[in-house]
Amino acid sequence: MKITFDWLKDHLDTKLKEDKLLEQLTNVGLEVESVVNLSSGLDLFKVAKILKTEKHPNADRLKVCDVDVGEKEIKKVVCGAPNAREGLITIYAPPGAVVPKSKVKLVVAKIRDVTSCGMLCSESELNLSDESDGITELSSKKYEKSIGKSYFSKSDSNLIDLSITPNRPDCLGVRGIARDLAASGFGKLKNLKEKKIKSKSKQIVKVKINKDKNQACSSFGSCLITNVKNTESPKWLKDKLVSIGQKPISAIVDVTNYVMLDINRPLHVYDADKIEKGIVVRNSKFGEEFTALDNKSYKLDDGMCVISDGKGVLGLGGIIGGTRSGTEFDTKNILLESAYFKPRSIRSTSKKLNLDTDAKFRFERGIDPLSIEDGLNKAALLIKDICGGEISKIDIQRIETSKIKTIKFDTNLFEKITGFKISTKEMFKILEDLGFKIKKESKYLKLTIPTWRPDISQEIDIVEELVRVTGYDKIKIIDPIKERTKSTLTQSQKLFHFLQRAIASKGYLEAITWSFTDTNYNDHFKDKNKEIKIVNPISSDLGVLRNSIFSNLIMYMNKNLDRGFKDLSIFEIGPIFTGSNPGEQNTVVCGLSAGKKSRLSWIEKERNIDVFDAKRDVVQTLVEAGFNSDKFFIDSETPNYYHPSKSGRLFLNKGKDQIVAYFGEIHPNIIKSIDMKTESLVGFEIFLDNLKLPKKTLKDQKAKFEVSDYQKSERDFAFIVNKEIKAQDLINAVSSVDQKLISNIKVFDVYEGENIPKNQKSIAISVTIQSSEKTLNDNDLENINNSIIKTVENKTGAKIRS
Amino acid sequence: MSDIKNIHNNYSAKLNNNLSLEEINQIKTELFGKNGLISSQFKNIGSIPETDRKKFASDLNQIKDELQNLITNKISEIETKKINEKLEKEKVDVTLPERSFVRGKIHPVSQTIDEISSIFSEIGFSVEEGPDIENEYNNFTALNTPDNHPARDMHDTFYLNENKEILLRTHTSPVQIRTMLKDKPPFKIIAPGRTYRSDSDQTHAPMFHQVEGLHIDKDINMGHLKGCLNYFIKEFFEVEKIKMRFRPSHFPFTEPSAEVDIGYEIKDGKIIIGEGDQWLEILGCGMVHPNVLKNVKVDPSKYQGYAFGIGIDRLAMLKYGINDLRAFFDCDYRWLNHFGFDPLDVPTNYRGLSR
Repeated sequence: MKITFDWLKDHLDTKLKEDKLLEQLTNVGLEVESVVNLSSGLDLFKVAKILKTEKHPNADRLKVCDVDVGEKEIKKVVCGAPNAREGLITIYAPPGAVVPKSKVKLVVAKIRDVTSCGMLCSESELNLSDESDGITELSSKKYEKSIGKSYFSKSDSNLIDLSITPNRPDCLGVRGIARDLAASGFGKLKNLKEKKIKSKSKQIVKVKINKDKNQACSSFGSCLITNVKNTESPKWLKDKLVSIGQKPISAIVDVTNYVMLDINRPLHVYDADKIEKGIVVRNSKFGEEFTALDNKSYKLDDGMCVISDGKGVLGLGGIIGGTRSGTEFDTKNILLESAYFKPRSIRSTSKKLNLDTDAKFRFERGIDPLSIEDGLNKAALLIKDICGGEISKIDIQRIETSKIKTIKFDTNLFEKITGFKISTKEMFKILEDLGFKIKKESKYLKLTIPTWRPDISQEIDIVEELVRVTGYDKIKIIDPIKERTKSTLTQSQKLFHFLQRAIASKGYLEAITWSFTDTNYNDHFKDKNKEIKIVNPISSDLGVLRNSIFSNLIMYMNKNLDRGFKDLSIFEIGPIFTGSNPGEQNTVVCGLSAGKKSRLSWIEKERNIDVFDAKRDVVQTLVEAGFNSDKFFIDSETPNYYHPSKSGRLFLNKGKDQIVAYFGEIHPNIIKSIDMKTESLVGFEIFLDNLKLPKKTLKDQKAKFEVSDYQKSERDFAFIVNKEIKAQDLINAVSSVDQKLISNIKVFDVYEGENIPKNQKSIAISVTIQSSEKTLNDNDLENINNSIIKTVENKTGAKIRS
Repeated sequence: MSDIKNIHNNYSAKLNNNLSLEEINQIKTELFGKNGLISSQFKNIGSIPETDRKKFASDLNQIKDELQNLITNKISEIETKKINEKLEKEKVDVTLPERSFVRGKIHPVSQTIDEISSIFSEIGFSVEEGPDIENEYNNFTALNTPDNHPARDMHDTFYLNENKEILLRTHTSPVQIRTMLKDKPPFKIIAPGRTYRSDSDQTHAPMFHQVEGLHIDKDINMGHLKGCLNYFIKEFFEVEKIKMRFRPSHFPFTEPSAEVDIGYEIKDGKIIIGEGDQWLEILGCGMVHPNVLKNVKVDPSKYQGYAFGIGIDRLAMLKYGINDLRAFFDCDYRWLNHFGFDPLDVPTNYRGLSR
């Protein structure tokens, strides 16, 4: 909502200055978004007369004009307008002036070798209208004596742009804003004695509101003005509109705009001669069409509120009029409409048709239903003043009467909500200033709500009015008490934070990427999940919710590789989506590493990053988080985006658990298809929701400290096994021999090739044997040795290598 | 007697020479070998007359000790010399680079969330969460924003189905609804998380982060709200003086509603929070609307309290001098490295939020 202090003063008596005004607007909840001085520099634009025109020597379409700008010196101005002619009075902008529309600062310039001193302006360039075909033509009668004077009247008033919250339609009119200011002590609201139409002639255009289902129009006021002469608006009106950045169009349109801006009363004007057999306000029928004033054709649904006549739809009630009954400069008889349309209906119609207009914006927020007559009186009389003609009586059709709302307000509620007190006297003053009528009943105030405040319906609304106008600075700060009765994080939230920092501590940079992704990338990683489309994505490459974090990480990894980085690790912890219902999401930590370890190192051997790097990061992280790696079970079934033979999945316990993690190399086909240039790309995913939280808290885990100081022995074994046998099977077999005595098992060599039969391999392990009860003697050790060999051979078909 | 003295003098002199390890060992054998000079003398002790025997034995032992010490010292001297020579040869250029290390970082948004949680933890808030996909009821209707309410226009919403019942939450406020439906009052929670609006330019991203706050009890009023936010802002920006302004605003789910501005100034192109006479809007808040409480079966005549919503990304930008919101989600290695935090920098109360 744009206003000026000058306009406010039409409604407000105040001696305070503009800086105070800006502060007070914000204090009562009418946030000042910006303050601009529109007229600064506009005084440079002068009324001028073209004395002579000559064809430009070097350009067919240009003219060189001698212009009288009221100074001794006649200015030479190059001009391309076809209507530039001798004797024309127009508007001249000197070098140094800033053209309002283009914001270009003029300089003395040579145009095809002829020096042009300034410019003659079109209305469009001055933001006066859309007229851009030629330069402004001013009436010689009016302006002959003004040559050399500023065209725009001088205004010190700044353009103040307010952000009006959707609950305050009343402040979409200057008077509403003035009322709020007055209530807060910033001046006094003027009591405007508005004149009323005095007419004996009847409004002869018949108006009927159909009692359709959910009829959106509850009342329709109108008056007829005959024999008008539509014209340019007078200067005061033009200036007013220009002062808030609106373009004057014609007197009739300008008046309706003025009334709307002044008291938030939208009006509509019909060319009465174009209305066939009276007006019917009714619900539209499916498929009806009409051309609106925005020159677009709209196809209507069932049940939209239309203003129609014998021929069909004239306009959408409260949203936009149609071209068929629009007014022109030659319009003679006009019908002025001032109606009430219900907000919900306005909103649903405009949403369906994707139509946004100033009227719609106001009606959907709620117009004062009692302003119908005020609007007609004000507008009709102004039109008559400017355009002449005769006004008819006002006709109002109603199918519902608007109810006057009342509230019982318990004054104690104010202190209960705000924490401070104001006197009942102050309450009275504020509420009365805002337009409430108050009756004191024993314990309550009985309040009649002003009809322009559709937002007020319960006691809490009254508290808000009172505290807002009193000032939020009166609310006392109550310092919080430092006390915690409940733990801040749940176990799983703690795990989230722990994993996040555990992964980062392994050299991964944390990324946060969109929850949505490119369907092409997602396709690579969606595995068995179904694609979740966003109906209205911001762009086609962000069209689906991600089924995996990899899609985004890989895309960004590729971008980073393109930036010239080679060895990188990034990770993200966040949601992936498995369905389109609330809750169908899992939290995942996903890491991705590219390139080599120890690239170009003078000391370390360079190698590609590989599946065992990813596995280490997963296992170490889980161990750090408190899970027992002795129980981990790993196999090689992984989704198709992993390398089929260089990837694995991890369970916390064999057979009993959900998948906790995947790790491995990314499938080479994917790397190829996204054209990524890297030696190696490995990743992992840890699924937080599948991680059963350790039952023992840190406190419990640390309960007992038990170690053995008896001598330990290390024995090495080399087994020859079939290639399919997994190291994990061998280790499990060994540890099953005696879990008390075997304290550690380590694979230290895997070998295939010479001396080993085909399809077999040798796995060498080192087993640490230690008792917590005694020092084992040779005999004991020998027994264990034998039983290790026997068990492994039995369970895995291995042969001890001799 | 003079024999052992001679031996002593003789060998002491010998051992003073520059000797090799072999030569010393040779001397050692000569003296202490099975038939060595000293060993032989010990065998003789028995033949020494009773009267002299004691003295002889004592002298012999003394000489033995002295010679042995001489030999040990000599050996250790040579060994030390040898080691030193060896070490000298092993000298490396320690200015060569160390073995490579990689350093991970925590994203500034995550760090900021941890900071926020830490601050609110201190005054008794616990952390709640809710899903990113929400139904229209939790995101709007229950929050007193019925269908066809113009306030819905302030939220450009991503929808997941054509009839607009399922959407990506446009704010963290639906967590209020879920929390209050699930438990009984009092409530004292914060809910950080991802939020989505179909809006994208330099200052708007289609995804961003918010933290919701909710405190409902029997007598929580606007003074508590002001106190809580005043405390939070001071702690978060880690400054002594902070200018804060509450001004009336409107949100359908709170009444009265307020927006909070903090004072700032621009110094050398950098934003300085706390002083200065410019105002910057950083959050929205208010007293939870009775309609919202009714929707979640909390009796508004018995319980009341406040709620707030803060843009996390924006807080991070202000605190850490980050200019471009879009860069948060661009995953540029250089940016992450520059603005990221060491994983060991866990914000805590006792240690301070940041280094």
